[in-house]
Amino acid sequence: MAHPVLLTVRALAKSVPGPRSLFHALDLEVAAGEIVAITGESGVGKSTLLNILAGLDDADTGEVAIEGVVLGALGETARTRLRRERIGFVFQAFHILPYLTLRQNVALPLALVSADGAAAQAEAEAMLVAVGLGGRGEGYARDLSGGELQRVAIARALVHRPALILADEPTGNLDPETASRVLTLFANAARDRGAAAVMVTHSDATAAIADRVLTLTADGLVARAR
Amino acid sequence: MRAEPGLWSGRLALGWLIGGEWRFHPARFLVTALAIAVGVALGFAVHLVNGSALASFDSAVRGVNGSADLSVKATSRLGFDERLYPRVASATGVVDASPVVQLDARIGTARVTLLGLDILRAAAVTPTLIGVGTQAANGVGGDVFDEASVFLSRTALERIGARLGAVVTVEANGRAVPLRIAGTLPGVADGSAVAVIDIAAAQWKFDRIGRLDRLDVAVADRAAAEGALAKLLPGDAVVSSAQAQSSQGDALSRAYRVNLDMLALVALLTGGFLVYSAQSLSVVRRQRAFALLRTLGMPRGGVIAAVVAEGVAIGVIGSGLGLAAGYGLAWAAVQWLGGDLGAGYFRGAGAGVVFQPWAALGFFAIGLLAAIVGSAVPARLAARAAPAAALKNAGDVLDPRQRVAWWPAALLLLTGGVVSLLPPIAHLPVFGFVGMALLLAGGIAGVPWFARALLAPLAARAIGTVPRQLAIRHLHGAPGEAATALCGIVASTALMIAMATMVTSFRGAVDDWLGDVLSADLYMRTNAGASFDPATRATLAATPGVARLAFGRQLQLTIAPDRPAIALVARPTPDAGDRQLVLIARADALPAGVPPIWVSEPAERLYGWHPGAVIRLPIGGGTRFAVAGVWRDYARQGGAVLIDAAAYQRLTGDTGRDEASVTLEPGSDAAAVTQRLRARLSPALRDQVDITQPATLRRFALTLFDRSFAVTYLLEAIAILVGLAGVAATMSAQTLAREREFGMLRHLGLTRRQLGAMLATEGAIVGLTGALAGIGLGLVLSQVLIHVINPQSFNWTMATRVPVGTLVAVAAALTGAAAVTALLAGRRATSRSAVQSVREDW
Repeated sequence: MAHPVLLTVRALAKSVPGPRSLFHALDLEVAAGEIVAITGESGVGKSTLLNILAGLDDADTGEVAIEGVVLGALGETARTRLRRERIGFVFQAFHILPYLTLRQNVALPLALVSADGAAAQAEAEAMLVAVGLGGRGEGYARDLSGGELQRVAIARALVHRPALILADEPTGNLDPETASRVLTLFANAARDRGAAAVMVTHSDATAAIADRVLTLTADGLVARAR
Repeated sequence: MRAEPGLWSGRLALGWLIGGEWRFHPARFLVTALAIAVGVALGFAVHLVNGSALASFDSAVRGVNGSADLSVKATSRLGFDERLYPRVASATGVVDASPVVQLDARIGTARVTLLGLDILRAAAVTPTLIGVGTQAANGVGGDVFDEASVFLSRTALERIGARLGAVVTVEANGRAVPLRIAGTLPGVADGSAVAVIDIAAAQWKFDRIGRLDRLDVAVADRAAAEGALAKLLPGDAVVSSAQAQSSQGDALSRAYRVNLDMLALVALLTGGFLVYSAQSLSVVRRQRAFALLRTLGMPRGGVIAAVVAEGVAIGVIGSGLGLAAGYGLAWAAVQWLGGDLGAGYFRGAGAGVVFQPWAALGFFAIGLLAAIVGSAVPARLAARAAPAAALKNAGDVLDPRQRVAWWPAALLLLTGGVVSLLPPIAHLPVFGFVGMALLLAGGIAGVPWFARALLAPLAARAIGTVPRQLAIRHLHGAPGEAATALCGIVASTALMIAMATMVTSFRGAVDDWLGDVLSADLYMRTNAGASFDPATRATLAATPGVARLAFGRQLQLTIAPDRPAIALVARPTPDAGDRQLVLIARADALPAGVPPIWVSEPAERLYGWHPGAVIRLPIGGGTRFAVAGVWRDYARQGGAVLIDAAAYQRLTGDTGRDEASVTLEPGSDAAAVTQRLRARLSPALRDQVDITQPATLRRFALTLFDRSFAVTYLLEAIAILVGLAGVAATMSAQTLAREREFGMLRHLGLTRRQLGAMLATEGAIVGLTGALAGIGLGLVLSQVLIHVINPQSFNWTMATRVPVGTLVAVAAALTGAAAVTALLAGRRATSRSAVQSVREDW
């Protein structure tokens, strides 16, 4: 049975101040459980596209819909709510808050919607076990290596069972061996939960884990042969 | 679907965020809370002390007045004719009247108010003033009619240290009379030193035959009585009430109290700026944390709520600590400085500190507000930042080419200048203080522009070593960052410099003025109401070595019952060369047939008595005078008028004099002449006359001045300490926030030592910029204090004197403190390995 389309992008265009246009007429569909990697040269607008998909930036024209909800029709509060409940994020620079325990870091998306701290931390602990960091929840970011930090970030991105995961160079700060382990973990976890994932990367090795690899150019997304 | 998301549902995440920050940086929060605590403590302490002083003054007034509905009071200590008594007693609306002789008296070294009462009348009108004898317990009877008996209030008895039944010598109006302590005055509240004797004995034994000082009146219809009394009173008596006299005390000290309150609020304002500095830096440091939370779905309001909630916690802790410290400070201040904080407004009135819950609530609210406002501004900025950009680029958003706006600062400064020139409201310089606040805000808003302008020439060329160039370019490129660190420092420095300049100007003006008015060789003054009669004056004038003896009379004159009395000074007519009268304005022409008077500067400003005006004074039944000139006087805040001694004697019939200035013959020895003068006094008068050299008087006056400004000096010192603490806190926070930058610089080859030099240079430049901005702004603010606040509050004018030594010391202290703090914080920031510092995300 084919998975339903979760993310739909239609005729998206974005320019930056000056004569340059980042991209135009960009179309994309991502199904639930599918992982899509987007590659492209520096400055082509990969991160900007990710920000538009997250509702953190606005396109000049075009439309983005997540689970049928068109982002352009939502106000800032509704977009914030959508992000909070349906989207998970993984960043290149991890962004693990140094003054929260690892368990609290993972539980943050849950704590943003519920005051039940015990339940949130229990779910976070389970997620830490899933990413191979069981029993480390009381530790802090300074105790971990780069690979471990990114695993915590993946746990945080998945803990609230989002429909869509957006990852910006998730292995950019990791050595190839660690990157490979983290990516496998990320892909398995996303697929297990039926989440769609869009991953921006420069690395062919990272892109290899995806179901589809697309290259972003000024004319839109071009499928790359594998 | 999970619970409806929003601020409330995200409270757990907010709690973690705030709790985590507090656990990681407890010292930062504590220092910020202490800045608020200092302001609240000062404000609350000053308010408590002022309130307690006024309450005790009020109690003292009631203690002396009894509980009369109304009083008819003499406008001066010369009293009024006793024949007024039956007319007042039978006036419309008056039920009963009790005649009173009231004298300032001394028993041993203790000062008391001596009241002569008609016991039968007083029992009906002012029963609280009736003594209870040691033999008669019913209050009326026993010794109360005995002309050799005196009844003392508990406070008077304590101060004298005598027992009931003892015979004491009561000195008043130049007489010394032995009286037996026959009982106490249980109706007089503690704190009031009152002695009561029979009125006939008072008039007879203290030379007040035919004169009364007060008529206490019981009324059936107050309005009718006031109307009737106003018509029948002569010029030397006015209708008064306890409320009016309380207003007198209030009016006398109000400007001083308001100024102290303002100073304390200034400390609180500085605390608010420090909260702003600390929170701004904290927000900058956590910019990416906030951006992450925004990305994860925290609404914009959540960021604001987190920072403001921190402000609330800082405000609650700071205000709570401040209230406790303020109560302790008030208690200590009353113990050490007295109820008027050394200013001499309520001499003799004992004060105890009473906790005032409403005032406590008010100061708690102000402290909380300062912390919340100080947090809300950075919170809004943090919430406005685009999360995606902040996550990627935090710390790299500086653009040295960005122009720094100067017009908001200029607009605020201009508005502040204009507002401060507006006239006072109810004799209070409200607009002066508003103008100062606007000028302060303008000055602080102008710091980024000032820092850019100051550093532009240095940044334009490569001067010195690489560390020094880096330091200059960092500050030149990020003047707003420096301004954030500096705003608390600039505020406290500016206010401290303004106060120091005002006090230096005032002290210098007083010193010069004392040099002028104390131009005689010796000064004689009587006390306890004693006076030099004509025979004594003639004897003294013939003393060998004395070239000239100018006798004078000084007494308090009530112009309006609810305003402080002015001083009436009767002296020989001043001539053109009279240095004791420093004239600052003269009448061009005077109307014929009207005797001249010279009014002091405060009297001119308080009552509008300008040169050439014809005014009426309540002496000699109400006499018209022409204002011949205005003289400088820094001694009598309530105002003074100088009248020719001969005219005074003709109008009042008073032949006594209570002061004299002595000019010696050339070559005469002051000490020897002092001995000769004292020898010529009668034995009774000898102990009641002080003979002093001008240097002693001058020293005494300046000591009094310093004492009255002791609290001001203390508040100034605290303001500068808070400022220095602010330098330390903000410099260290800013330095620690740049750990990654230092790591990068070390990768590029800078040694730890070079980084230290760079940070010390930056610190010194920031400190010097703050000091220069603070000093410049302080000098502007001082002009408002000197030319607006002081004249409108105290009716004194003066020229500006700049305390150069203080300016240099402040600039050096701030520069040094900032450099050392930056260096110490830099050591910490560079203590980790360069690799670790660059790798660190936050």
